[in-house]
Amino acid sequence: MADSFSINNEMSGRRKFLVAATSVAGGVACVGIATPFVKSMMPSERAKAAGAPVEVDISRLEPGMLLMVEWRGRVVWILDRTPEMLATLEKLEPQLADPNSDKVQQPDYAKNRTRSIKPEILVVEGICTHLGCSPVFRKDIAPQDLGADWLGGFFCPCHGSKFDLAGRVYKSVPAPTNMVVPPHVYLSDNVLLIGAESKESA
Amino acid sequence: MSKQKNSFLEWIDKRFPMTVTWREHLSEYYAPKNFNFWYFFGSLALLVLVNQLITGIFLTMSYKPDASLAFASVEYIMRDVDYGWLIRYMHSTGASMFFVVVYLHMFRGMMYGSYRKPRELLWLIGMAIFFVLMSLAFTGYILPWGQMSYWGAQVIVSMFEAIPFIGETLHNWILGDFMLSDAALNRFFAYHVVTLPVLIVVLVFVHIIALHEVGSNNPDGIEIKENKNPESKIPVDGIPFHPYYTVKDIFGVVGFLIVFCGIIFFAPEMGGYFLEYNNFIPANTLQTPDHIAPVWYFTPYYSMLRAVTVNFLWIDAKLWGVFLMVAGVAVFCFLPWLDRSPVKSIRYKGPIFKFALAMFVISFFVLGWLGTQSPTPLYTLLAQIFSVIYFAFFILMPWYSKIDKTKPEPKRVTK
Repeated sequence: MADSFSINNEMSGRRKFLVAATSVAGGVACVGIATPFVKSMMPSERAKAAGAPVEVDISRLEPGMLLMVEWRGRVVWILDRTPEMLATLEKLEPQLADPNSDKVQQPDYAKNRTRSIKPEILVVEGICTHLGCSPVFRKDIAPQDLGADWLGGFFCPCHGSKFDLAGRVYKSVPAPTNMVVPPHVYLSDNVLLIGAESKESA
Repeated sequence: MSKQKNSFLEWIDKRFPMTVTWREHLSEYYAPKNFNFWYFFGSLALLVLVNQLITGIFLTMSYKPDASLAFASVEYIMRDVDYGWLIRYMHSTGASMFFVVVYLHMFRGMMYGSYRKPRELLWLIGMAIFFVLMSLAFTGYILPWGQMSYWGAQVIVSMFEAIPFIGETLHNWILGDFMLSDAALNRFFAYHVVTLPVLIVVLVFVHIIALHEVGSNNPDGIEIKENKNPESKIPVDGIPFHPYYTVKDIFGVVGFLIVFCGIIFFAPEMGGYFLEYNNFIPANTLQTPDHIAPVWYFTPYYSMLRAVTVNFLWIDAKLWGVFLMVAGVAVFCFLPWLDRSPVKSIRYKGPIFKFALAMFVISFFVLGWLGTQSPTPLYTLLAQIFSVIYFAFFILMPWYSKIDKTKPEPKRVTK
């Protein structure tokens, strides 16, 4: 035994190289075999195909009413804002974190005070940008739980984030950004396509 | 007869170290003779683990991990499967009781300094078990696919989106879809019934091996191995685990089972704390319940998550919240190196430590309670204050444990 150890030591340069080379080759093989397993957990082809745009008829939407539709498994809100609701948007701006929608959470055509194509119709993903809960539409003014300066908006029951009636986030709440406005287009006055910007690209 | 038995044992022992293992871990594992009430919770955690494994196997026989079938299959277990209600309540109550005994087990370690040298690694293995247990609880709570399952999972999974650069890809990789859906339910089922149970069983085994290597701590926090009988080499303050502590633990098991059965038969939902009322409503992807809160054992950390409301440095509040929550759990890992006191046990530590530990326990309970409530400005402020106290217990420990007035440790264990 002692002899073989001394032989090993004499050959240590070559042995070291072989051990290192085998380790590297083994490591490469591990990464290689891990790849299909890791990749198998990415969204499948079926999941990728399920994102088709949805058409919504908004002719029956009345002022002050919120319509919920599902697009890509997410809830999208369509809110018809009354003139009084639109008037709150400007008043609340000092309390908002990003009143001009500078962070890209909307298509360019919705980068305005109302964050919409038509001023009164808001189309927004009803998902809090904090941790994905769906906020509650609170149009009541100055309710007990939200304080006297609440002019109507969206309140997230999970962690208390607040948004105005254009989905713009308040300052000093957990949510970091405004709510997301999905790509959308009016196919006619009362038909809205959510998830695409033209009939063709759908 | 006995001769035959011995020769059979010999036959086994030549092929597998059975007698040696029995001696090393039970009949000749010497544990300190002064164990008290707090030493029940290790063996009780093992009991609950076995309960979860067995009831879990039977639940998988009737449960369907499919977003369109899961909720109904759980109700099927509750209504149509013979004794299905009992097996499911044993499992759901077991989940909460697992956290009860594990939290008490950890608190015991904090009181008696069981994390101190030479038990640092034992403590870290225990922390790994705690992480796996939390993952098990989280994945298990998703399976009934009720409103709380869905929205609870939505919140937790969205946290990964907060990670810069890779967040979104990681989120989609975890879910196997662009949002929480059937694909995620299916794989969380796989984690809950295969990956994590295997992991926790292996870790518990390693935890016990590590414990038996360094030996058990005791309420006095002194090393019984430092005072051995010169002839027998047995610690003078040690008694064999079997039969002394096996019998004591059976007593603990009986007491535990009385409470356990009381909950299963009379209050399995525990007023909405063990099984939340909103989870009896099938998942609705379009609407978050008006009031959402995690199950009680996560609420202290959930409070920390939503306590952060200001952006700080270049990182926004959302990521800080996630960071604070993870830190709230991970900070226990540093205890062995934060405690600089010359003594281990609370019995010989000074008034500052006792005060600090009391404040820590209070902040843990207050944060836990706040986590069950809807957020209001006052509650958010309270969550911020108590999060600071919670972390101060750990961060200031190297300082206050050093200046604290300790009492001298005894040479032998006391009553």
